[in-house]
Amino acid sequence: MEPCEFPHIEDQLAPILGRHGADATRLLQILRDVQDHFHFIPPEAIVCLASHLNLSRAEVEGVAGFYSFLSLTPQGEYRVLFSDNITDNMLGKTELMQYFCNKLWVEPGKVSEDNLVSVDSTSCTGMCDQGPAALVNGWPLTNLDNNRLDLISELIRIKKPVAEWPEMLFEVRDNIRRPGMLLGDEFEPGAGIRAMLARGAEATLKEVDASNLRGRGGAGFKTASKWTFCHAAIAEEEGGMICDVGGNPERFIVCNADEGEPGTFKDRVLLSSHADLVFEGMTVGARVVGARKGFLYLRGEYRYLLKPLEAVLARRRAEGLLGENILGEPGFAFDIEIHLGAGAYICGEESALIESLEGKRGRPRNRPPFPVTKGYMGRPTVVDNVETFACAARIAEKGGAWFAAMGTAQSTGTKILSISGDCARPGIYEYPFGVTVETILRDCGAEDAHAVQVSGPSGTLVSWQEFGRRIAFEDLPTAGAFMVFHRKREMFAAAHNFTHFFAHESCGFCTPCRVGTQLQKRIMDKIAGGHGTPADLEELKHVGHILGTMSHCGLGHTAANPVLDTLKKFPGTFERKLKALSFEPAFDLDGALQTARSITGRDDEWAHLL
Amino acid sequence: MSKTITIDGTNIPFTEGQTIMDAALAAKVYIPHLCHNPEFKPHGSCKLCTVNINGRAVSACTMPASEGTVVENKTEELNNERRAIVQMLFVEGNHLCPTCEKSGNCQLQAVAYCLDMMTPHYNHFYPPREVDASHPDVFLDRNRCILCELCVRASRDVDGKNVFGLSGRGIGSRLVVNSTSGRLGDSTFAFTDKAAQVCPTGAILIKRQGFSVPIGSRIYDHKPICQVEIEGKGGEHE
Repeated sequence: MEPCEFPHIEDQLAPILGRHGADATRLLQILRDVQDHFHFIPPEAIVCLASHLNLSRAEVEGVAGFYSFLSLTPQGEYRVLFSDNITDNMLGKTELMQYFCNKLWVEPGKVSEDNLVSVDSTSCTGMCDQGPAALVNGWPLTNLDNNRLDLISELIRIKKPVAEWPEMLFEVRDNIRRPGMLLGDEFEPGAGIRAMLARGAEATLKEVDASNLRGRGGAGFKTASKWTFCHAAIAEEEGGMICDVGGNPERFIVCNADEGEPGTFKDRVLLSSHADLVFEGMTVGARVVGARKGFLYLRGEYRYLLKPLEAVLARRRAEGLLGENILGEPGFAFDIEIHLGAGAYICGEESALIESLEGKRGRPRNRPPFPVTKGYMGRPTVVDNVETFACAARIAEKGGAWFAAMGTAQSTGTKILSISGDCARPGIYEYPFGVTVETILRDCGAEDAHAVQVSGPSGTLVSWQEFGRRIAFEDLPTAGAFMVFHRKREMFAAAHNFTHFFAHESCGFCTPCRVGTQLQKRIMDKIAGGHGTPADLEELKHVGHILGTMSHCGLGHTAANPVLDTLKKFPGTFERKLKALSFEPAFDLDGALQTARSITGRDDEWAHLL
Repeated sequence: MSKTITIDGTNIPFTEGQTIMDAALAAKVYIPHLCHNPEFKPHGSCKLCTVNINGRAVSACTMPASEGTVVENKTEELNNERRAIVQMLFVEGNHLCPTCEKSGNCQLQAVAYCLDMMTPHYNHFYPPREVDASHPDVFLDRNRCILCELCVRASRDVDGKNVFGLSGRGIGSRLVVNSTSGRLGDSTFAFTDKAAQVCPTGAILIKRQGFSVPIGSRIYDHKPICQVEIEGKGGEHE
């Protein structure tokens, strides 16, 4: 047995457990607090939590080991994670991170010898319109440059608590450049609920149906159908199957605010400045399907929004818009709880999100059954995107026909785009569906654009020849990301960055994605290192095919999109990097000596095979 | 009238609640698989049992059978894809068949033969993985673990012990043991547990039984796994 470094762990965890109760569904929330307190999850804490929550130690370690923001080994007192999206990289992330590491005498990925600071990369933090960005102990830092990093390293050196750092370091702007009916029109909290109560829940569902609202997370499933399925599943339950304590069949409304797709940050803005619209939509949905409880699953990167959002919820409770007898309607009860994620893109997949809400590893479930019949705690659950709920609130207020008059026949309403990359005015743009890529590029001031990554790495790469295409479910569906690349950009670099993203975010459940995303990353590394040959391109296509057809969930299915799209639309960016040979082994003889070199401290000519 | 699905053109009866895999096994039709074992709740992670329904790839072990479903199973394309998955399993771990005690009784090796895998094709990852010999009766060699979670399910659902779990993420996923030290020897695990019998590879090996059945007389030495799975093991045993 190793010596116990935390003999008083019970006492140290008592306040955290006191806050959350001995509730296993709150395990992830508890582990977040443990990480904050100890700068890692000590083994003693795992044992202690397991016994308090009536879980096995392996289960707790399983959760602690899954999420990027939790760490099983000690991290620095100050943990600085640089956002590694391609847009951050285009703004100089790599050089800035190196500069910062040099200043603090720390290697990326390691903890400084005095345990003061650790520096590493993290997946896109959703600040692409004000990057390069980073997180310090989970709080967002924006607009980083050498001056700011000088200041930050000084604050760390004098051990100033993060809460006392200058506010300007943490300033996050909305950057709303083009408002529409969601972001621009006045909304009086309660207007949607009032209209719904006047009309009735069933008639409101008909309005949502008539609006032809489709899910804003990108997949485009019809919202009214999802709500109807959930409602029907409940009817079946009430028809004599299972009922919960008190005879109330439980059902849930979940808002997916795990906005992890690189380049997407529209939910950040909706939640910062239009949270009423989102909560109102959830409340309308709750009335329609008959849910009494809702969750907002907020990505860990947006923890800075937790307090303001809690304040909005408290105000809404005070105004009678949440809680018992909402707006005086007897028996209309609904409330919302916010759960924080901890750095896992996969939790944007609805069934993985539900697992995470239950305090488990974020692993996508087998389907069927679908969440609408068997979701949170096995109960019928509606999971919708933040923007979908905002739309639903507007529809409840103004009706389905009003909404359907905007956009195209198959894609009604507006779409909020988060625009970043090579353009003069990055930020948030709301357009009616059907807008062309060309129009958007003109509006955001993108000159000489060569390509746009629509809907992030899992979406579509659009080349300059296709700028006439439209944002719509029938042409270019999108969750909102719109990353612009100038003609001088190396498109290979973007694809390379995205393969690293997917390899990092694969949950590891199924073989094709767990191994395939690694193979893809390694081949791209080989090409980037100047060792690629035409055979590697064939291999990329082959791995891409396996990923796309055999994977368990959408992450694996789309993980090869950036590579395959770039190979098809910008073959030159690959070919310029290849050797003339038809084949070169991936095994790097010289690279294999690196361990020996670092052990012996040698780096002279004779320690290399060249 | 019993309900039926068709697999590669053959009618297969099924009863409500059966998966495609259940129906196939009952009708003695082999669909390659590793993480599936009919004694346990389906898992759907290895993806070897991927079949096509209406041009869509689904896992046979988790997909419920429904009347009239037309399933494609033994096609050249699917077997090529399955072979790639087996190759992926080989290169992500450290599998050295010639020196492995499980050789001949190993399902990973047997499926590889069955799918005509001649080389690992991809570059080996050679991951550093932990070996745990702390238990008096059982070795835990994570080098051979394919993360099928059969031991996790057996220990939880049959033994009622919850000895195993998974931690890490992505390629860093790893089998963990439920004891304060994390070592198998400090857990409640016993070699008589169901979980000690279900590993499809040599990740969990019972000590002092090495080579009691010589190589050449083992389960898959004379009969391919596709035959063993539908006829029952019989003859030599592990």
